[in-house]
This record gives sequence, structure tokens and C-alpha cells, in this order.
Amino acid sequence: MKFLRDLMDKQRPLFEKGGKLESLYYAFEAGETFLFSPNHTTGIKGAQVKDAIDLKRMMITVVVAMIPALLFGIYNTGHQHMLATGETAELWADFGDKLLVGLKLVLPIIIVAYAAGGLVEAVFAVVRKHPINEGFLVTGMLIPLVIPATTPLWQVALATVFAVVIAKEVFGGTGMNILNVAMTARAFLYFAYPAQISGDQVWTYLGDKMSVDGFSGATALSVAYNAGVDGVPVTEALASHNTALGTDMFSFANMFMGWIPGSIGETSTLMALIGALILIATGVASWKIIVSGFAGAYIMGVVMNLFAVNEYMAMPPQYHWVMGGLAFGIVFMATDPVSAAQTEVGKWIYGLLIGFLTVIIRVTNPAYPEGIMLAVLFMNVFAPLIDYYVVKANKTRRLQRATV
Amino acid sequence: MSKIVKLKKGFDINLAGKAKQKLANFAPAQTFAIKPTDFIGLQRPKVLVNEGDTVKAGTPILIDKALDQVVYAAPVSGEIVAVLRGEKRKLLEIRILADQSISYENQEKTDLNSLDRDALAAKLAASGVWPNIIQRPFGIVANPADTPKAIFISAFDSHPLAPDYGFALQGEEKYFQAGLDALAKLTSGKVHLNVDGSKSVPAIFSGAKGVEINQFSGPHPAGNVGVQIHHLDPINKGEIAWTVSPNGVVQIGKFILEGIYDASKVIAVTGSEVTNAAYVKTISGANVSTFVKGNLNSGHVRVISGNVLTGEKIALDGFLGFYHNQITVIPEGDYYEFLGWAKPTAKKLSYHRALGLLSFLNPKKEYVLDSNCRGEERAFVQTGVFESVTPMDILPVYLLKAIMAEDFDEMEELGIYEIVEEDLALCEFVDVSKHPVQELVRKGIELIQYS
Repeated sequence: MKFLRDLMDKQRPLFEKGGKLESLYYAFEAGETFLFSPNHTTGIKGAQVKDAIDLKRMMITVVVAMIPALLFGIYNTGHQHMLATGETAELWADFGDKLLVGLKLVLPIIIVAYAAGGLVEAVFAVVRKHPINEGFLVTGMLIPLVIPATTPLWQVALATVFAVVIAKEVFGGTGMNILNVAMTARAFLYFAYPAQISGDQVWTYLGDKMSVDGFSGATALSVAYNAGVDGVPVTEALASHNTALGTDMFSFANMFMGWIPGSIGETSTLMALIGALILIATGVASWKIIVSGFAGAYIMGVVMNLFAVNEYMAMPPQYHWVMGGLAFGIVFMATDPVSAAQTEVGKWIYGLLIGFLTVIIRVTNPAYPEGIMLAVLFMNVFAPLIDYYVVKANKTRRLQRATV
Repeated sequence: MSKIVKLKKGFDINLAGKAKQKLANFAPAQTFAIKPTDFIGLQRPKVLVNEGDTVKAGTPILIDKALDQVVYAAPVSGEIVAVLRGEKRKLLEIRILADQSISYENQEKTDLNSLDRDALAAKLAASGVWPNIIQRPFGIVANPADTPKAIFISAFDSHPLAPDYGFALQGEEKYFQAGLDALAKLTSGKVHLNVDGSKSVPAIFSGAKGVEINQFSGPHPAGNVGVQIHHLDPINKGEIAWTVSPNGVVQIGKFILEGIYDASKVIAVTGSEVTNAAYVKTISGANVSTFVKGNLNSGHVRVISGNVLTGEKIALDGFLGFYHNQITVIPEGDYYEFLGWAKPTAKKLSYHRALGLLSFLNPKKEYVLDSNCRGEERAFVQTGVFESVTPMDILPVYLLKAIMAEDFDEMEELGIYEIVEEDLALCEFVDVSKHPVQELVRKGIELIQYS
């Protein structure tokens, strides 16, 4: 790699103070530090050695944890397409074709998200003279995974730019933001272009083909909600859904596996759990938030059962875990360390409340079939308040000690 | 009541290059230096000697005009060869070329029973041993006029490659006890001697009388006196406690019993880059070149006075710091590494499992760490890490943010009085975002101290 290093050293003076391209220093710096860990050494005083970790490594670990969900999402996009158009109901039939359909839809979305967001990051870094933040490595992958495969690319670009600017850069970049950036992108799409991200038509890609008779593109959550309205037991409604296609699409096991319509990466609870395992094993995400998030959803499901005035409220609580994006949201969105609660006690409360709120929104609110997005954003806003009281408790303990 | 405290939080940095328990016969150091920069809080240094003067061990050579009872004395006898000043005439070093055999300023021996507290404090302050006594909060040289609520001595050093006091203080039992007796007179409260609860305690400590012996065990920073104070008798606003290192206690004891300022001590020469890692008997402020030169594995090294967490980088012929009991030599890390952040590796040490996921398979492995920063400074992102290496009821990130914001109330409420740099040194090591944590802590302390 000597020639690369030489190349860098040769170009360096151009970008340094007094060089022709001085204004682009941070763009150069980002490229250089991506290729080579810098040669900075520790100061004269203070810690003389440093831990080998840095933010780049930390962030790439999150991306790695998302890969199972991504691969599954690509294949499932193709699978849902074949299912809806009646080409095959077999899971592993036409493997290559399904993969191709999925790749054709998902790859452009990822590329557009990374390109649009990366551009905004670079422009902000150059204008505001700070290093390019690694946070976008994760955001750029998260955004494609939480939107339907049918989302128009211009909407992906617009949402990404909106989220990076409004949710992050105006606050000062990664580490300073209040809201989860990827969730903000999704919320933007949800409220600005609801036609492309809600309803029964957007979750399955049909292309120029017609769907088979008896096919419904509804998600499990909207089926469950309608069952509640119609007074049909939810499990029955789920079981009888799309039987015409020769698949029990919304059985518990199938929903857990994730062979259902939904946003690209969110459908599979299993893949989210694999991601959770990676994140917890590497210590990157807080296991407290993940555990308390799932626990919160279950507890609220039980509470709903106790006061069941309609069939949706009477649904077995574990169904909440596998329907919609709860698992993905808790594992990848709620655990974002910057927008989550930052104290250890606060993390328990924060996760628990996200679980509570998700189920409350799902079951009681007719306008939003999925609750995790709003629950995470809402709790992002509340996290500093939770921390405030946890920190205050710490101060009070110190104060009481002094007066005793 | 003596306490047994088991700490769980923390991290032991297992470095290669531990000192073998033997005294090496390196050539003795020729020059010695007093570095006013070693004494944090020394506000207005005034040099009492000129170049060319001859001094004895114990001759006052420096005072702080803001605290002029306390004398900083020459550690050896000889000739003042240089008074080094930096920018704005900031005093950097006073160098002494030592005599072949050291002669001492002889003062009368002290009878602790016949002296009252204030007279004892005044005598110690004028002797040269006083700067061993550190005041908490702030971590500055104590004021003889104060009466501390207690005095704390950590009898073990848990820093990486730290010297074993049981070995280094062999034969000093008499002086150690005399030092403890003197300290007991200076405080209105107790003298706490905190020993390592996970090992057998050396006789010098287990036989100590007139003190509370507490046991601490757990990973570093269990040996930090600040952590121990937090668990024994935490410092609140307005309170003052003193801390002394075991070497300092011995020096005080020697002054009490012999009437001389004997600054000699056994230090550890450690680190992956020295061929002969061992102990050596020398004197405070020694030039380290004779211990290091001809004792190196490689050419491109960093010599540290002290340990790798809290020490100070010095030149190959630099001087040992006043409070340091070891020197550590590690490779200098000023190199680029291709995709260094992404490559899987078992050579690098990390507290975080994102890099050291499988390190639990080989917990005894000794690592060679160099001085590379391993990344650039970023905003705080990861949470919960600092708390997991700080065995105190303190929220380090909130405290550091309060310091950055210069919010005085917040700093006080979050416990700035309870810490000095070394207590959060591990945070600086494990920080994903590479903040200069210790520098921030000192900035916060100075804000509070001079407000």
C-alpha cells in the first residue's frame, strides 16, 4: 500500500493551509483517514496509549449487524413479488429470479440514500470546517431498510437530505442530534407523501404485472386492526388472510421468519434478532434498551388483553413482537446511542416506554397502523427528560451525603 | 472500622514489559532536576538559588510565593548547573549535577511527642518532604495551615506495569511507621491505609500501627486513592482531605527519625521496549538516560515518566517526575496504517468488544501498545462506557460536558471535588471519541479552584 500512501502524501500540500484546494481539506481528510488510520500520537501529558477502537469501527459494526436484515429484505422483496403475481408460492423456487427482482429494486434505493446523504455530509463538512462524521455510514443503510421497495427514488433522496439536514446537521452533526436521523426520514415520507408509504398497495412490488385473484397487499397490522373493527378474532383473520395464494402468510411462524409484505428490512423478526445478537455481543448497542423494549411491548399487550373491548386488544401479546417493524425498530433505531437515553437507569425506562407506546399507538389509533416510528421519535424527544431525572438523583445522593 | 471494598468496574491494561523483582545495577544518574511543572497548582514559583551555587540535599531551592511556607528542596547535593526557562520566562527545570557522595542538610531529629501539630506541620513544610502531601479536592500540594478531615494512603498501585510497593519498600518499615505517626498528628480524623485485598499484604503495610487498614480489590482503578476516598469517606464541598503515596510516607519518616531529606526511592523501569525490565534504586528527579540507554529493544521509542495512563512523555535523557515511581518505554506510534480501523486483528488491545470480541479467549495475553491515537476526536456518541470503567457514583460524561460548558453549579453537583485526572484516566483510554479527558478534568478543577 506504499504507492497509495505516497499518493496521499503528494496530494496533501494541495489541501493544507495555503494550498490551492484548502477549502476542501475535510473532504480530503475523510478519504485519507478512511484509507489510512492517521499517524497522530498521544500528547505529552495524559493517557500515552489509547484503546484501538474508534468511531469508524463502531459504526461499521452496526452496518454489519444490518446485513442479515438487508439480504433477507432483498430476497423477500422478490418473493413477495412472485407471490402476488402468482408466479410461485414456493419459498425457494426461482431463487435467482427473486434475488434479481429484489436487487433491482433495493440496490438503487441504497445507492441513492448513500449518495444523497453523503453529499449533504460532505458539503456541510467543507462549509462548516469539521471532519466528516461516520454516523452516516449507519443512517445511509437504515433509511432504505425502513421504507417500502416501491418508494420512488426521488422521494428517497428528498427524505434523506431532509433528515440529514434538519435532524442532524442543524444541531451540529453526529453526536449532537436529538432525533434518530433514519426515523426522521421515514416520518418525513410518511407525512409528506402518505400515498407511497401507507395503505395496502405499496408494500408489494407488482411491476407491470397484475396481481392474482384473491391477493391482498395489506400488512399484518392493518389486517389485525380491521379484525378489531369487524369483531373477528385477530388470529382467525390473520390465518385466513391470502389463503387464495396457497400460503398461510400471517401465521406466527411465518411472521417471525418475515416472509410477509412490509418495508424492505423490517419484516423479519429473526433477522432483527440476529442483528441484536451481533450488537449485544460486540457491546455496540445497549442490551438494556433492547430487552426493555420487547418487554414493554409484551407488558402493554397483556394490559390490552385485560381491558379488551375489541378483538384487536384481545390479540395474544406475542403477536406484537412479530408484526410490523417493532423488532427492527427496537434493535436498530431505539438503540441509537445519541438519541436514546444516555444513563443506564434511563435506558431501562426509555426502552420500556417505547414498547408501551408502540402497542398503544398500534391498537388504539386508527390513523397509524404502525406505532414504532412515532414511539421512537417521541421517546427521542423525551430521553433528555428521563436523563435529567436520573442525573438529578445522582446529584441528590451527593447533596444528602454532604448534609448528613 | 476498617472496610473491605470489592470493586467490579474498571479495566486492567495488560502490557508487556513488567519489571522483574530484582534490583538492576544501572549506572547511577549524574544529573537531577526539580520540575516546577510537576507540582500542579504551583502558582508563582520563585527560585532561591543561582546557576553555579552548590547545594546539599534538603537545601531549599524553590518556593511558591502563593504558599511560601512550603519549601521545595534539592533532592541531592551538588552544583546547580542550569535554571531552564521557557516562553514568558516560565520556569521549567532546575538541574543539579550531583556529588559523588551525597551530603545532607542536617536538622535535628523530631520527637513527635514533644511537638504540637502546628509546629510539626511547619517543620515538615520547611524540610522538603512536604510536597509529598497532596490536598483533595484539586490534587494540589497541601497547605500546612489546613487541618484535613482524614489522610488517605493507597498502599498499592494498580496502573499498568506499576511497581510493587512490597518489593520497592523493603527494609523501610521503620521509616514508614514513623511517617504514619507523623501524619496521624496532622489530621483531626483518621489515617487510612488502603491495601490490595486480592493479594497477600506485604508486612510493611499489614504491620502498620495507628491507622485504619482497608482492603480494596478489583481491576484498575481500585488502587487510585480518589476511588478509595469515594468509598471510605467521600469529599463534599468545603471539606479537605490529604493523600500521600507510600514513598512519600517513607520520606517523611526518614526526616522524622534522621533529620534529613532523603529523596531516594526504588523505581521500576518497565515497558515492552526495554530489554532489562527491573527495579532500580535512585533519587527523585533523576535523569533517566542511564536506565534507558543501552537497555532498548528498538530505536523509535517514547520514554514516559510514570505509567501509560497518567504519565508524561519525556526525552531519552529527560528527568523522572517528582511523583513518579516508574518509567515506561513504549514504541512511538507515528505511523499510518492502511485500513487500520477496519482490519480484524488480535494484536490490538481494546476494552470494547467491537474490536476485542474474542479477547476473552486469552485473558492473560500481554499487549504491546504504542502511542498512536487510533483515530480522531469526535463528538460523544457511545454511551455507558465511561460509567463502566469508573467505580464511583459519578456520571463522567455529564461531568465532562459540564466542564466543557463551564457550568460551575453543574460541576459541583456532579462531583468535581471527588476526582483528579488519574481517576478518569481510564475513560480517556477507552473513549471511542478520543476526548482529552484528563486535560478537561484539570480545566474543570482550575475553573472551580480559582473562581
